[in-house]
Amino acid sequence: MLDLGVIAANFKFLIVQGLFGLGGFAGGTLRLAVPAIVLGFALGILVGLARLASAPWIRLPATAYVEFFRGVPLVMVIFWIWFIIPQVLRLPVPEYGVALTAFVIFEAAYFGEIVRAGVMSVPRGQVEAAHSVGLSGVQTMTTVVLPQALRNMVPSLVTQMIVLFKDTSLASIIGYVDLTKAAQIVNNREIRPFELYLFIAVVYWLFAYSMSRVARRFEHGSARA
Amino acid sequence: MKYQFNWSVLWSGQTGGWLLQGLLVTLEISVLAWVLAVALGLLSGALRTVPFRLLRALATCYVEFFRNVPLLVWMFFWYFGVPPLLPEGMRNWLLDHGAEFWAAMFALGVYHGARFSEVIRSGIQAIPRTQFEAAQAMGFSTWQAYRLVILPVALRLIVPPGTSESLNLLKNSSVALTISVAELTFQTRQIETYTAKAIEALTAGTLIYLALCLSIATIMSRVERKFAIPGLIVRVG
Repeated sequence: MLDLGVIAANFKFLIVQGLFGLGGFAGGTLRLAVPAIVLGFALGILVGLARLASAPWIRLPATAYVEFFRGVPLVMVIFWIWFIIPQVLRLPVPEYGVALTAFVIFEAAYFGEIVRAGVMSVPRGQVEAAHSVGLSGVQTMTTVVLPQALRNMVPSLVTQMIVLFKDTSLASIIGYVDLTKAAQIVNNREIRPFELYLFIAVVYWLFAYSMSRVARRFEHGSARA
Repeated sequence: MKYQFNWSVLWSGQTGGWLLQGLLVTLEISVLAWVLAVALGLLSGALRTVPFRLLRALATCYVEFFRNVPLLVWMFFWYFGVPPLLPEGMRNWLLDHGAEFWAAMFALGVYHGARFSEVIRSGIQAIPRTQFEAAQAMGFSTWQAYRLVILPVALRLIVPPGTSESLNLLKNSSVALTISVAELTFQTRQIETYTAKAIEALTAGTLIYLALCLSIATIMSRVERKFAIPGLIVRVG
């Protein structure tokens, strides 16, 4: 009953095009997920540090940013970017740009909270010690606080990366050809939804599960250290 | 061409009613899925900590498989993939009774059940093992120890992460628009299609989600304070 021939026949399109983004369409789950994770985390560091700033004109906008994006569905943010960017730039933006912008802006709010919690987990004495040996505020942050904070953050960071990786499937809503959209395209021709969606579920699962195993190893590693 | 704002599209004609209908469907699907998710989460989260290996393994399989696959894929799977395999009578009943609603509700509930399971497991594991041993020493069976000692404490411990997971479920109900459930995001898109006023429609939808999430968060932080176990919970932030 389970027809695996449909997977074999379309394996190249699903994996090479849908997962890696190499082929006729400008798509690919990994081509979207990897830059979104890197840029989202980078913006998240800024947001997280801004939330800890003592100056209210930095802290309050950052807090509003985080509270806003954590109270709105990602699907809504994707639609916002989809309409707003062409209005502002006065030119058509490819789905890739829309999806990447939406993910970076949205996930930075979540990464920001992780960074904030990580920085807060570093004992206060570390900052005082750094100041007393003559390090400036920026030096204290980059050479003393952030390296220690980063180690404490790793488990929740990886968890958030897995969430972001799974969320990239929502880019298919605006027509970006990722793994999910590739399966939809094949299904429109073959009408084998059970096999196709189960297959991509397994592909997503392999990636997400191996990422969570890596996270667990880090957790044990830092517990032993 | 400059964008012309026209906020009155939100309350003139049918659009106001559409927003309200969308809100009701969002609440309906979220509440039903929440009940399913909490039931599955309680069951599997508790089973992951019991002293029976087979039950632990079963619960682990459920959690690891469902939470590591995107919700959107589960929606497509339950809506397009599963109904053709059902017996004809059941399939026809579903098609007559809003198959997309039930598929989305089921996908949402099963997916978030796996995520609730982790929340509940961590709550149970935060309780000192000696509590369970003390309950057993008093002659409680495993079932009684969980029902009367472990779960009542665990449930009070997990109010904060449980709330944030419930809000995730509410926000994720928007993914149901992909299988054309007429929830809030779907109605927002419909207004935008009919009136060509994207910014007004999106603003309305966004504000409704924000209001929902913020008010639930506020209510739950009151609940959290009320149910906190004195001396056990240190409030952070």
